[in-house]
Amino acid sequence: MAAVNPLLSTNALSRSFGGLKAVEKVDFSLPQGQTRAIIGPNGAGKTTFVSLVCGRVAPSSGTVVFDGSDISRMPAHRRVRAGIAYTFQITSIFANLTVFDNVALAVQRRLLGDRQHGLSSRLLLKHGLDALERVGLGDRAEALAGNLAYGHQRLLEVAMGLALKPRLLILDEPTQGLSDGEIESFIALVREIASEATVLLIEHNMDVVMALAERITVMEQGRILAEGTPDEIRANKAVQQAYLGGDA
Amino acid sequence: MISLLPRGKTLVLHIGIVLALLALNFILPEYHRGVFSRVLVLAVFAMGYNIAFGYTGLLSLGHAMFFAAGLYGAGLTIYHLDWGVWPAFAMGLAAGLALALLVGALALRTTGVAFMIVTLMFAQVFYLTTLYFTTYTRGEEGLVLRQQARVLAFPGGALDLSDPSTRYLVALTLFTLVLGAVLFLVRAPFGRSLVAIKENEERMRMLGYDVFANKLLSVALSGLVCAASGAAYAVLFGYVGSGFAAIQYSILPLLWVLLGGAATTLGPLIGTLLMFYVIDLASSHTTAHLLVVGLVLIGLILYFPKGIVGTIRERWAPWLP
Repeated sequence: MAAVNPLLSTNALSRSFGGLKAVEKVDFSLPQGQTRAIIGPNGAGKTTFVSLVCGRVAPSSGTVVFDGSDISRMPAHRRVRAGIAYTFQITSIFANLTVFDNVALAVQRRLLGDRQHGLSSRLLLKHGLDALERVGLGDRAEALAGNLAYGHQRLLEVAMGLALKPRLLILDEPTQGLSDGEIESFIALVREIASEATVLLIEHNMDVVMALAERITVMEQGRILAEGTPDEIRANKAVQQAYLGGDA
Repeated sequence: MISLLPRGKTLVLHIGIVLALLALNFILPEYHRGVFSRVLVLAVFAMGYNIAFGYTGLLSLGHAMFFAAGLYGAGLTIYHLDWGVWPAFAMGLAAGLALALLVGALALRTTGVAFMIVTLMFAQVFYLTTLYFTTYTRGEEGLVLRQQARVLAFPGGALDLSDPSTRYLVALTLFTLVLGAVLFLVRAPFGRSLVAIKENEERMRMLGYDVFANKLLSVALSGLVCAASGAAYAVLFGYVGSGFAAIQYSILPLLWVLLGGAATTLGPLIGTLLMFYVIDLASSHTTAHLLVVGLVLIGLILYFPKGIVGTIRERWAPWLP
């Protein structure tokens, strides 16, 4: 079934703030297992669109379908339990808790919903440290999260997303503010995640997009302007215009 | 290594404090033993308040109603219905829990300042209700529970709760149980969730948490512990009056917790104890003892904004729970 039906689709999804149409009638479809990037100029509605998907923002109209069921009215916390994880654009870790406690929050919530295993100290410890190892923060488990370097805080943010074991991981500008070296290891990390989860990535850094995305969706003024493989998007005239100042 | 259970140092400290309090029963002069009995019961009130305020970040100005719900739940059933201490105590707990669930479900629809006002209003309603039914409660004058009614029955015998030593030990038992529960709670996943909600609600929602349900559970637990303190107060000291439902008793636990250290396990005890003795000392020298209390609080906010235990934790002992 999964091969036929997309993991995520939206139908005429719209959201306006007062008179501003931030997202307008977006039909979007994401097959299971794909890594998709959403790009577009500032204010194109990318963050609003993924916020509609993960439930942080309620739609004005239209529907969101995840794994075959309509989740348009589902509160955000239940969408997370259904398998949609969102990592914040602005680093949003718990600065006064330890690094381990940060991931433990994600792990314990997932284990609470796991009928097969349930929540136990042993599993909490194991999965928490696993998630930290995967992003390379295994040796910082007992540090206060607020004392980590910025790049490490971004990694912790991803570790929290990973610890939820999501089916769809939404990364909102994950490489913002990272150094070149950090970006490189970040690309490797996302590749590894993408082998088991579907990834939806909002990103400004085109090198990252080209390195990771199997397909790219371009948004402009709340609508989808184009969609295709990286090569197709690179060659697309409308996209070039949108990026190079579209009035010409 | 990461530990999910209280570590050696923490466990030793808490057991040590309980043992020291136990020893005090046999050392303290009569007057101070009476003060300590009261402080132990009220420290339970403070620990209950700390669950909502310290750990979850819910600044309630209405916790007197939960304390008073326990006080009246136990006191009225003993006074009017001749219930025994055990069922009366259980009634106090049930009253506090029910009230906390009801008030929590309504008040948690608000946040911040609005939450303070709403909890304050509910507490005022509770206070005025105790005055309105003055036929049963005798209002501010209150009810005095007969000594014969304040007997804790066991299969093998009975404890006279009006006996100073018994009273102290029963108060200490309740205190120890609640301290142990709080110590366990802060290490447990639920405690971690509460602290995280205090720090960043939106992030918690995006980790899959039902923030409202968790806050409601926190208020319910907090109300239950405060009611336990109120019910214990009724049966140990034999007095039940409207004064305990007044605004003053909503402010006091806030001050005790701030003085001792919010979100610390031992802060509520230290804060309650110190405040008691500051008031005691001040009022033996001047009638303006509230002025002294005010000055102490200003000094505290200026120099120890995290409270006594909070400051110790920050500067010298980061392992303190």
